[in-house]
Parts: sequence; C-alpha cells; structure tokens
Amino acid sequence: MSESVSPDVLERVLRTLADTQKLPLEKVTADSTFEDLGIDSLDGINILFALENEFDINIPDESARLVRDIRQLAEGVQKLINEKAAPPAPAA
Amino acid sequence: MTRRVVITGIGCISALGNTAAEFWAACLAGKSGIGPLSGFDMTGIRFQNGAQARGFDASRHFDDKQLIPLDRFAQLAVVAAREALAHSGLELTPEQRTRAAIVTGSCYGGKTSEDAGFSAIYRDGQSRVHPMTIPRLMANAGASALTLELSWQGPVWTVSTACSSANHAIGQAFWLVRHGLADVALTGGSEAPFTYGSMKAWEALRVVSPDTCRPFSKGRTGMVIGEGAAMLVLEPLDHAVARGAKILAEIAGFGMGADAHHLTQPSAEGAARTIRLALADAGLAPEAVGVVNAHGTGTAANDVTESAAIREVFAANLSSLLVSATKSMHGHALGASGALEAVATVLGLHHQCVVPVANFQAPDPECDVPVCLEQRPFAHEAAISNSFAFGGLNAVLALRHSGQ
Repeated sequence: MSESVSPDVLERVLRTLADTQKLPLEKVTADSTFEDLGIDSLDGINILFALENEFDINIPDESARLVRDIRQLAEGVQKLINEKAAPPAPAA
Repeated sequence: MTRRVVITGIGCISALGNTAAEFWAACLAGKSGIGPLSGFDMTGIRFQNGAQARGFDASRHFDDKQLIPLDRFAQLAVVAAREALAHSGLELTPEQRTRAAIVTGSCYGGKTSEDAGFSAIYRDGQSRVHPMTIPRLMANAGASALTLELSWQGPVWTVSTACSSANHAIGQAFWLVRHGLADVALTGGSEAPFTYGSMKAWEALRVVSPDTCRPFSKGRTGMVIGEGAAMLVLEPLDHAVARGAKILAEIAGFGMGADAHHLTQPSAEGAARTIRLALADAGLAPEAVGVVNAHGTGTAANDVTESAAIREVFAANLSSLLVSATKSMHGHALGASGALEAVATVLGLHHQCVVPVANFQAPDPECDVPVCLEQRPFAHEAAISNSFAFGGLNAVLALRHSGQ
C-alpha cells in the first residue's frame, strides 16, 4: 500500500536529495529516477543517512533495499514519519 | 635468486576456536561461529550478531605487565604467531634472526584502545587518555610486539588495505622469501574490531546482515563482522627439507591489482585480472586449480561479481572446481580475514579436502558457481584464496599441494 505523501515531506525529501548529491533543486523531481540523477549504491547510503537526520527517523535496511525510485523513497519516509507520530499497536 | 616458498607452521584464533586444530575441526563440520555479540554495548544497533573469539583469554597468555601496551588485536597476533612458530619447530640463531621478516595485516589496528581513550575524554569528561594509547592503536602494534618477543630483526612492517590486508601481507612476505630478501617470514593478520563506535559505523554502511553470513546463497543479507588472527611461517623449500620440517603447502604465487572502478562496488574485471596475475606468478594454468576459497562476504554485490570473475577465469574447468567461503563460519575478520582463509586453504590442500559453505539456503542464479555444500575429500593440486577490499584493492594467493 502506498502512502500519501504530504507536500511538505516531498519538498524536504527532494531538497535533502539535492543537497546530498550537490544537484540544483530544480533537477530533482518526484518522477526522477536514480539513474537520471546518477545515484549509485554509495550515494544511496549517504541519502538515507541525510534523510534519517532530516526527519529523525530510522530507515531499516530491508525497506531501503526495496526502494526503486524517488516517489517510493518519499512514500517510505512518510510512512516512517506517520509511524513515529502514531506507533503501531503492539501485537498481542 | 628465486626460491620455492613453503608453509611449515600455522596458528589461529577466531570464533571457531583458540587453535588451528579447533578452527579446522569447525570448518570441516561446517559449524558457524556467528552468534549474538556480547561484552560491549550494542544498544540500538540494527544487527546484533558477529563472530567473536569468545574463547580467547589474554590472561592465559600474558602477565599483567605484558598486557599494558597490547590492544586485543595485538594480543591475538602474538598468540597466533606463537602457535605457528611452535607448530613449525623453527628455531633461529641470532645471525638468522637478522634475516627473519614479520609482515602483518590489520584494517583497524587497536580500535578497542582508541575507543576507550576517546570515550573517556569526549563522553566521560576525563582530562587524559592512557599513555599507551598510541602504541596500542598503531596498526603495526602486532608486528612490533612480535619483533620484541622473538628478537627477529629483518624487515618488519604492517599492511593496511581494509579487507585485503592479510593477503597483501602474506603475498609480500612470500615475495621477500622467494627473492632472498629474507630467509624466513612470519606473516598473517589480526583484527579486533568490536566496539560500539565501530559497529555504528558498519551499521551506517548498510552491508551487515541482521542474521548470518550466507555466501553465494539466495536470500543472503550481507556480511557478518568477525575478529581473530592467523599467522603462517614461511621458509624456502630447501631450508624446510634440510631441517626435516613438515611442509603443509607451498605458496606458489601472488597477484595484486586495483579495480580503479568504485569505492565500494567491486569489479569482476578487476577480480579476474588479479586471479590471473596470481596464477601467472605461480606458473599455474587455471585447470590446475581445484578449489577457490572465495572472498565470499555474503553481500549482494561481492558474491555476484566474484562469481562472474570465477566463471571467467575458470571457464574451462568449472565443472571440476569447488568454491568454498569460510567467512560463513569465522565471519569477516576484516584485516585478518585473508590469513584465516589462507589457513583454511592450506589445511584443505594438506588434508586434500574441501570444507563446506555454511548457512547456504538455495542457489542464486546470479552466483552460478559450484559452491561446496558439504565436506568433501578432494584431490587437488592447487587452490587460490581471494581477498577484495573496499577501494577496489585486490590480492589473491595461489597455493600448491606440498607433494608430501
């Protein structure tokens, strides 16, 4: 299930990505692919680190591995922000 | 001057035990030493498993005074070297000691001591660190402790090339002896990487498995960090024969090269080229090699790339080849890994068998190499042992059966 991403979160994700990659913000859109932006696996780790700091979240390795594009990245961040605000009820 | 170089003694400490014999018994059984890390803070870290040398008790090997300048990684180096020397039966005259070399590998050096000192001043508000902090943390502390203990006075130094450190060290010690720059050498690697700060750094790199190390297997989830040390005694073949030493295996060749490709993504081309360099240095055809002791970290990237390199170099004899990956048992002991793997490769040649890859679940089509899944008697003339470091620094040893 994809998470509805708030405009503010999307904007901060794009800005964090642009900052980390030293790219002009206008080049980075929700529809950019990692290939378009020349992002490799090592860049990916730096971006995850920057997003964790920006949003004060912990991005698990397993979910990070599944991310294929920037929209999914933003959705994943939004999901973690939502969970932080309202933690899922513990299983019985 | 060119001489054939043989291995006449080995010693090792790892998650698989305190001696080479314990190490080998665990390898044969495919018994992994990976488990929950303990003895230091791991709070909040995404992975909790590692391969600790749990059985190592420094107080059994050193008195309190001796321990003052020795970080754990240097203690491990010294104890593994003592075992290797005792095993070889080598005794040197004062004259011979001036031509005896020690070449060790370590990625981190004395990380535990550095961490303790910096915690004291940064976190605990103390105003000074222990005066032995620098001698403990220097990456050559193991080599220095050994030259002091043994009074060996030939070339002594340490190589630090991340996960290839020990292979680079062994390769250079081999070349020293082969070309007459030293008459005997003690070589290997040691590592004691377990501190909170260091594990946080590995966590941030997102390559460590939350579970275990499954080289070349479908469902592998990354590497598992280990600690330990392994040391080997090298000497010229005629020297070993003259003194009636037991010859475990010959180091036939060494290759080293760089990918010049990417900081963390390995290159199959670079790995294949380095394997070929080792074979050429050994004068071995690919067909002579029966076993590859792979770098086999269990990461997504390494195992696919290494498989491609193995398939390329050994295309003609793939069906008679077996690939082993002992990190599945002793973990990735970073700068000591190549030495632990060299010991496994030497013992495999000596006993003419191949040890299994532990924790294997199912074949991965992207790692289409003949993985050894159970202990097998195996008559092979030669084996290679691969190490590939971050930064694309590759080092491959080619080893040959002793003929004994």
